[in-house]
Amino acid sequence: MSDSIDIINAFALLTNFVILPALSYGSQLALGALAVTLVYSILRFSNFAQGDSMAFGTMLVIFLSGYMISKGWTITGVPTALLAIPIAIIGMSIYLLLMDRLVYRHYRGIKIKQSIVGITASIGVMFITGGIVRFFLGASAQRFGDGERFIFSVREFKAFTGLQQGIALKTSQFLTITLAILLVAFLFYFLQKTKTGKAMRAYSDNKELALLSGIDPDKVVRITWLLVALFTTIAGTLYGLDKGFAPQQYHLLLLPIFASVIVGGIGSPIGAIAGAFLVAFSEILLTYAYKKFLIYLLPLSMHPNSLVQLIGTEYKYAISFVILIIVLLIRPTGLFKGKVIVDE
Amino acid sequence: MAYLEGKNLVASYGVVPILHECSVEVEKGELAVIVGPNGAGKSTVMRVLLGMLEATSGSVTLDGNDISMLSTQDRIAQGLAFVPQTKNVFPSMTVEENLQMGGFIREDDISKTIEEVYELFPILYEKRKQLAEELSGGQRQQVAFGRAMMTRPSVMLLDEPTAGVSPIVMDEIFSNILDVRNAGMAVLMVEQNAQQALNIADKGFVLVSGRNEHTGTGKELIKDPEVRKKFLGG
Repeated sequence: MSDSIDIINAFALLTNFVILPALSYGSQLALGALAVTLVYSILRFSNFAQGDSMAFGTMLVIFLSGYMISKGWTITGVPTALLAIPIAIIGMSIYLLLMDRLVYRHYRGIKIKQSIVGITASIGVMFITGGIVRFFLGASAQRFGDGERFIFSVREFKAFTGLQQGIALKTSQFLTITLAILLVAFLFYFLQKTKTGKAMRAYSDNKELALLSGIDPDKVVRITWLLVALFTTIAGTLYGLDKGFAPQQYHLLLLPIFASVIVGGIGSPIGAIAGAFLVAFSEILLTYAYKKFLIYLLPLSMHPNSLVQLIGTEYKYAISFVILIIVLLIRPTGLFKGKVIVDE
Repeated sequence: MAYLEGKNLVASYGVVPILHECSVEVEKGELAVIVGPNGAGKSTVMRVLLGMLEATSGSVTLDGNDISMLSTQDRIAQGLAFVPQTKNVFPSMTVEENLQMGGFIREDDISKTIEEVYELFPILYEKRKQLAEELSGGQRQQVAFGRAMMTRPSVMLLDEPTAGVSPIVMDEIFSNILDVRNAGMAVLMVEQNAQQALNIADKGFVLVSGRNEHTGTGKELIKDPEVRKKFLGG
């Protein structure tokens, strides 16, 4: 009897420290990876500014929610950041459209390889965006979540179930997973069912033929940036609510996001989501210390002395690299058949 | 004046001159074919007619109206439709979605036109939920025709519709083209398979180095000993 309780305790432990964090981290990566996929499919370059754009969107949310709190425009229990997101998305859209007008549009007009030129231009935008964020908000880490921190806490869970090991569901985790499901459902509906969404897919598939069919390329590009603004702002805010805001951290997010996109199959939205969860679970499963988990499961004589941690957390970014290398060696097109767009 | 007329077209790619006073025309319900050796400027004529390449001089008229200054998209809206030689479908979209995209600029109900395309190409109805990239070459060509027909065009421009297909599929495609013509459209096509194309053509233009070398009905051109010798292999 005690054995089965131990097994339940072990999995409660794993749920609390691995599954829930990986699900929410994976959702955050997935939203970022979808934004990268959209830019890649329509504008045909890998957007290096994605991480810093997420920081920019989060910055807008931090300022707005600060202002709203000072005015008392809050709802009890709900993070004010959530209420600030819609306005921040508008701000983010304006910023991205401005960058498109000032930077990317110029290079689109030039008949040279968009994949190379776009990447180079986006690296410039990355530095500008990162600079703006650090200028206004500073480089130090900060927390901006208010409202209830937990949907249910470890103590509440323990009291409810009587288990020795508790599971807590953070508000940020709950919001992340819920919003990610809603956004992904919206994106797939938009791309599969609406005329504008189909036009975007057509443009991504065969640009010349899309023009011959009367699809307005400028409109497709505008809508793409609006969708990117939506995904970027929400992904950045959710990541910040979960782990705190630090510009450098956002900048480095580019790596797991790119890994997700490539692992899943470049240009495939489903692939981006699958890749994001693969990367998130790998990072957390490999850096988690299993000592306590094994103590629950193994007989006393076999209890481990070490932490049983496969890789130190400081190496977590290396995991993205390793996954990337393995996929590129074994299945270069990614889990879902991605397509590399060749410049015409 | 013919329904679609390109008159005395002069065009170049950068500094390389391609067309020198070249003229082509086609009437409604007529199939006109442009043939000629490689590099004669056959595809360039199409690009100029469509406004994808600007002519240095000359004019393009549709039903008597000068459309030379219109953009490609506006010409499509005026009734021109184009089936490019390669990359003429949206590969990762279904057959039905390809047709819907063909009718993108239309504000009215396009479902009736989709029905008409299915009537003309029944196999597309069976495959309507399949991705275009999963179809055979001939079927894909039918999707390409169908997509172009969605704007209910009066003129259909085809760039080497039989390039790289087997003889059986070629016959199938030519019979599709005749169906399109018999539906009352003006069809102008560029073709490598000169003999077969002239056989079914109402009108032919032989282009050499961007100039009209011979013009006549398909039958006349096939019988013309000079054309036979130079372009049809004796």
